[in-house]
Amino acid sequence: MKVRSSGASEMAKSLLHLALMLLAGMVFAYPLLFMVAASFKPGEALFTDLGNPAALLPDARWSLNNYRAVFDKGAVGAYLLNSGLIALLSVGAGIFINSAAAFALAKLKWRGQGLVLTLIIGLLIVPFEVLAIPMLLIVSKLPWLDASGLTIGWLDTLHVQIIPFLANAFCVFLFYQFFKDVPDELVEAGRMDGASALTIYLRLVMPVCKPVIVTAAIVLFLGMWNQYLWPVMTVHTAGARPVMVGLQQFFGRSTQWGEVMAYACLITLPVMVFFLLFQKQFIRSVVGAGIKG
Amino acid sequence: MPNIVFKHADKRYDERIERYVFRDLNLHIRRGEFTVLVGPSGCGKSTLLRMIAGLESVSGGDLMFDELRVNELPPVKRGVAMVFQNYALYANMSVYDNIGFGLKIAGLPKAERHALILDAARQLQLDELLQRKPAQLSGGQRQRVAIGRAIVRKPTAYLFDEPLSNLDANLRGQMRAEIAELHRRQGVTTVYVTHDQVEAMTLADRIVVLSRQGLEQFGTPDELFDTPANVFVAGFMGTHRMNLVPVDAAHAPKLTLLTGQTVHALAAAGIGTVGARPEDIALVEGSSGSVQLVERLGAESLVHLLIEGSASPLTALTTDRSLAFGHQRTLRVAPDKLHYFGPQGQRLSAP
Repeated sequence: MKVRSSGASEMAKSLLHLALMLLAGMVFAYPLLFMVAASFKPGEALFTDLGNPAALLPDARWSLNNYRAVFDKGAVGAYLLNSGLIALLSVGAGIFINSAAAFALAKLKWRGQGLVLTLIIGLLIVPFEVLAIPMLLIVSKLPWLDASGLTIGWLDTLHVQIIPFLANAFCVFLFYQFFKDVPDELVEAGRMDGASALTIYLRLVMPVCKPVIVTAAIVLFLGMWNQYLWPVMTVHTAGARPVMVGLQQFFGRSTQWGEVMAYACLITLPVMVFFLLFQKQFIRSVVGAGIKG
Repeated sequence: MPNIVFKHADKRYDERIERYVFRDLNLHIRRGEFTVLVGPSGCGKSTLLRMIAGLESVSGGDLMFDELRVNELPPVKRGVAMVFQNYALYANMSVYDNIGFGLKIAGLPKAERHALILDAARQLQLDELLQRKPAQLSGGQRQRVAIGRAIVRKPTAYLFDEPLSNLDANLRGQMRAEIAELHRRQGVTTVYVTHDQVEAMTLADRIVVLSRQGLEQFGTPDELFDTPANVFVAGFMGTHRMNLVPVDAAHAPKLTLLTGQTVHALAAAGIGTVGARPEDIALVEGSSGSVQLVERLGAESLVHLLIEGSASPLTALTTDRSLAFGHQRTLRVAPDKLHYFGPQGQRLSAP
């Protein structure tokens, strides 16, 4: 009798747990699903279907017209390319720069490293908005040498949206915490074998840091893909415009909600793909699975 | 192969403050010898080893490899190889690449590297495991790879930092034999750190006993066992801890039984502590004490005998398996097997 009632109450608990998780999932998923569904419908259908769960399902009204309109009315393809370049270059260079800084702080001994670490951690609490104006003044005066010659000022370029953000205090701190858990003996074994600090960093330590590299990549990618304030301040021409500024411009030109939703879907898709590709490593890193040497 | 010599060497905990791990250390490790650094946790034995390796700086004084002062020399230029306690293998590389990494950094041609790696693998029975990663190896295999990484560089000295402490007892014995065999075969200067004094006694040509106060004694296992320089060495070395009896009224019954002398006479002779090894104490018929505990060790037993009038027992090793709690016995020890120490713990000759 006791076993049966305990089994029934366990089942009830599981069902309640499942129901709560489903509800939470729906709350998080509904806006995304709504956005996707609305992107395939004509604009007026969006308002008539509000509150109707069946509106999420495909029906006869679904078409690609909104997507066609987005590509016709706005240079979304170019903006996607700009944001893609900005994000990918930032991820590539940012992982190297931030991890190298963290390695120097965590695994090497040099005068002043405590102070530098304190400054970096201090930067974590400074909002970007505080730094934006001074940064704008600086980048408007910096020289740039490329194939076309020497120019003064970095405004209206892709590199103004990349270079100031390569050094990321949060990513440095992320790598620092991870490197602290890597046994010092690993570095010392490398020293005994005659490896330089750079070799130890590149060939011994970084290869065992895949989870945190993926986390840093996701953090950097999302941060650079979603940039809005800085591009608004520094980019005034379409040539270097990223997708978020493009969305704001498109929204100003089109009141067709279906088209706006289609634009939003286009700029959300790469982020979803990126996250889905690396979610396992990201979750592993976030829940603190470390590496034992 | 150099002699490794510390001359008036100091080591500070932190270069900015005046707190020392060692002060004025003088130590001469002879070429080709198997020298063991032994002592309790925190005594600085690993620090000393790392100073030889170049992983820790020498705060003051000189560290010499023969006539060459190596204080400022980086680890790779000293020609030594180190085996770490937790193996420190490169997790992303195969056994083959782990062993050959140092050779690759040194710029050796591929063919030469390959030959050296295979030779080291053969010596350590790692031939079948060369393509595995460290995560796919057992503890003993990982330790052999760590040793292989050291062997392949043909160093002038091997430095072992508690290499067996992560292994189970059986494997420890086996690896200990392999390390001893390696030294016997190659005759390379070896400095070995352990907290296990039994390991020290079985492996070493000479032992450096360290405490938090510094170097206590440096000698052969027999010297340390037969003539410990002070109370610390006497209590630390030996399979079974030496009975160390302070010369005071509270221990009078034990002292009388061991030495046949009074506390007053011993104190007048300047003796602060009397020592007797359990192996040197014979249990005979009598009623001076009663058995409190018998630790069965196989063929022998370690008997804890509480002498009447004492608060704590003496220990004696015996082959008498009939002894049990409450049995009455007395003890005998040959006078020449007793150890005498002064009030500061320093060894004295018999009164």
